[in-house]
Amino acid sequence: MAVTKDTILEYVRNEYLEDGDDREVTYNTPLISGGIVDSFSMVSLKVFLETKYNVSIPDAKATPEAFDSVDNIIALLKEMGVE
Amino acid sequence: MPSKPSNMKSYEEEVKTFSWDISKKELEYKDGDIINIGWYCSDRICEKGKAEKLALIWESSKGEEKRYTFNDLRLITNTMASYLKNLGVNQGDRVCLFMDKIPELYMGFLGVLKLGAIAQPLFSAFGSESLLTRLEDATTTAIMTQKKHLPKVRNILEKMPYLKYIIVVDDDGSKALREREFALNIETEPKVEKFDCFPSTAETKSVLHYTSGTTGKPKGAQHVHYSLISQYITAKYVLDLQEDDVYWCTADPGWVTGTSYGIIGVWANGVTQCVTDIGFTADNWYKFAEKNKVTVWYSAPTAIRSLMKEGTAAVKKHDLSSLRHLASVGEPLNAEAVIWSQEAFGMMFHDTFWQTETGSIMVSNYPGMKIKPGSMGKPFPGITATVLDLKTSEPITKKGIVGMIAFQPNWPSIIRTYWNNEEIYKNKFKNGWYLSGDRASIDEDGYYWFVGRDDDVINTAGHLVGPFEIESALLEHPAVAESAVVGKPDPVNMEVVKAFIALKPGYDQNKMLELEIMNFVRKKLSALAMPQEIEFVDSLPKTRSGKIMRRVLRAKEWGEEIGDISTLENDM
Repeated sequence: MAVTKDTILEYVRNEYLEDGDDREVTYNTPLISGGIVDSFSMVSLKVFLETKYNVSIPDAKATPEAFDSVDNIIALLKEMGVE
Repeated sequence: MPSKPSNMKSYEEEVKTFSWDISKKELEYKDGDIINIGWYCSDRICEKGKAEKLALIWESSKGEEKRYTFNDLRLITNTMASYLKNLGVNQGDRVCLFMDKIPELYMGFLGVLKLGAIAQPLFSAFGSESLLTRLEDATTTAIMTQKKHLPKVRNILEKMPYLKYIIVVDDDGSKALREREFALNIETEPKVEKFDCFPSTAETKSVLHYTSGTTGKPKGAQHVHYSLISQYITAKYVLDLQEDDVYWCTADPGWVTGTSYGIIGVWANGVTQCVTDIGFTADNWYKFAEKNKVTVWYSAPTAIRSLMKEGTAAVKKHDLSSLRHLASVGEPLNAEAVIWSQEAFGMMFHDTFWQTETGSIMVSNYPGMKIKPGSMGKPFPGITATVLDLKTSEPITKKGIVGMIAFQPNWPSIIRTYWNNEEIYKNKFKNGWYLSGDRASIDEDGYYWFVGRDDDVINTAGHLVGPFEIESALLEHPAVAESAVVGKPDPVNMEVVKAFIALKPGYDQNKMLELEIMNFVRKKLSALAMPQEIEFVDSLPKTRSGKIMRRVLRAKEWGEEIGDISTLENDM
């Protein structure tokens, strides 16, 4: 499946923002360092990406920095050959 | 790295001469006096001539900064106490603080104590169900929260008729508040110059911290104002807090470290602290420490191991020469991390051991005392500690033998009960000892060495999670027939939650379902409780009486001997 920024962004908004949370989340919003996705929840984001794009992300690559924005995630997936 | 004489000159000498009277004398407290933690942490410091000294430097994840003096602290805590009183909150009422690490959380905590109500801080990442379990148990009267967390409260409101006041601290008026909801803005609310603090005495209830056990729901550990005697002196001796320090405690006040040493210990000593809610990355944390010239840093092994993963190169990009003392809490700090901290920061993290139930540090490494990397250290002066034989509950005299860490129950900050659970509280004591539930051995030099929990509680990133709560949540998922939750070893978090799940007929084992179940638990309970790994199984190991044998699953995860399986119903 083709990677789209909007798919990932929508997933983040739906899964990690509470109903009353009106923070703006865009492609380059800090997700981990901005406190939107904590380190424990990162695992579920990793599982989502692996399931959605049929890829296995090694733990060494699944760092807070690599997951810190939708843009960063796209870059990681590209690096792993997922376009 | 600056060095200065430590507050505790010599551990060996202190052990010989220490008594809790030292703490009482410094606090100018005599038995029978009024003792109110809120007053001690603000008004008293002002009366000591430090009104204009910085109490709190706060920075948000967006870089917004706020600074408060001890006089600001005094006024704002008065204001919050007065606000709650005028609303109708009374002495002894439970007031939940359900906020991110914002100034209102820290000051609201003291405000509640000034009123004589009982502060019930809860981790703001808890989902509705976790929140309900704890508020229901305490029949909480009021909750202070933020707009973003309001939906979680509203979701469960109809189940809480006793919850009369929902105080929103960041309401901007853009959406109408509903019934039982009130707005309080500490910046614009007229400051109350004089508030008559509740004349609490030693045994007046102060803080209710919820903690998880193997079975049943989380329990409310009830503390009293007298806990200050322990928290003040341990902050002074173990964390070595001194007049011109800038202290950074990374713990959230939803957990006991964040109140005992993130509010009470530091401010009762009149020391400046800095707080941030910025998300963890090594660079963020080092920048924060550098910017604020942090001198004493109290953090958790999970964070330290995460920093270690980034290496010393990341440290060297920043000027952390202000640091002079490091301490850790929540889970054992492995030797590798202790040694690494010497290389990275020029000094070692001092591991400290204590629990929600103890209220203050019990076994620790001390400034000036030799650290044995990987060791818990030695009992705090004034604490009588031992390890008990697991069968006889008698003190083990032989060195190097593993037993249950136990303490003589005579220190000021010991819990007085579990809320609504006197029976379980009584089970914490045997043969005149308080049972910690943790196992250790003592070496020839008197150093304690942690071995593990004596029950099924999972310690993940320094936080205890009870498997029962998670298994109960899992069972609410339509696909789950049975589940068992254990801790799985993790190089950073020590343990993470792993769930073994047997599915109902008609459901297929696949990654999408795994993800769905993970998110289900995360939203219901918290990210901490979310299984980091799910293994679908056809059946779970059970005794012939039908009880799930978690220890069998756990032993496999840890590569340990499974032990006696004579009662096992089915083959593994």
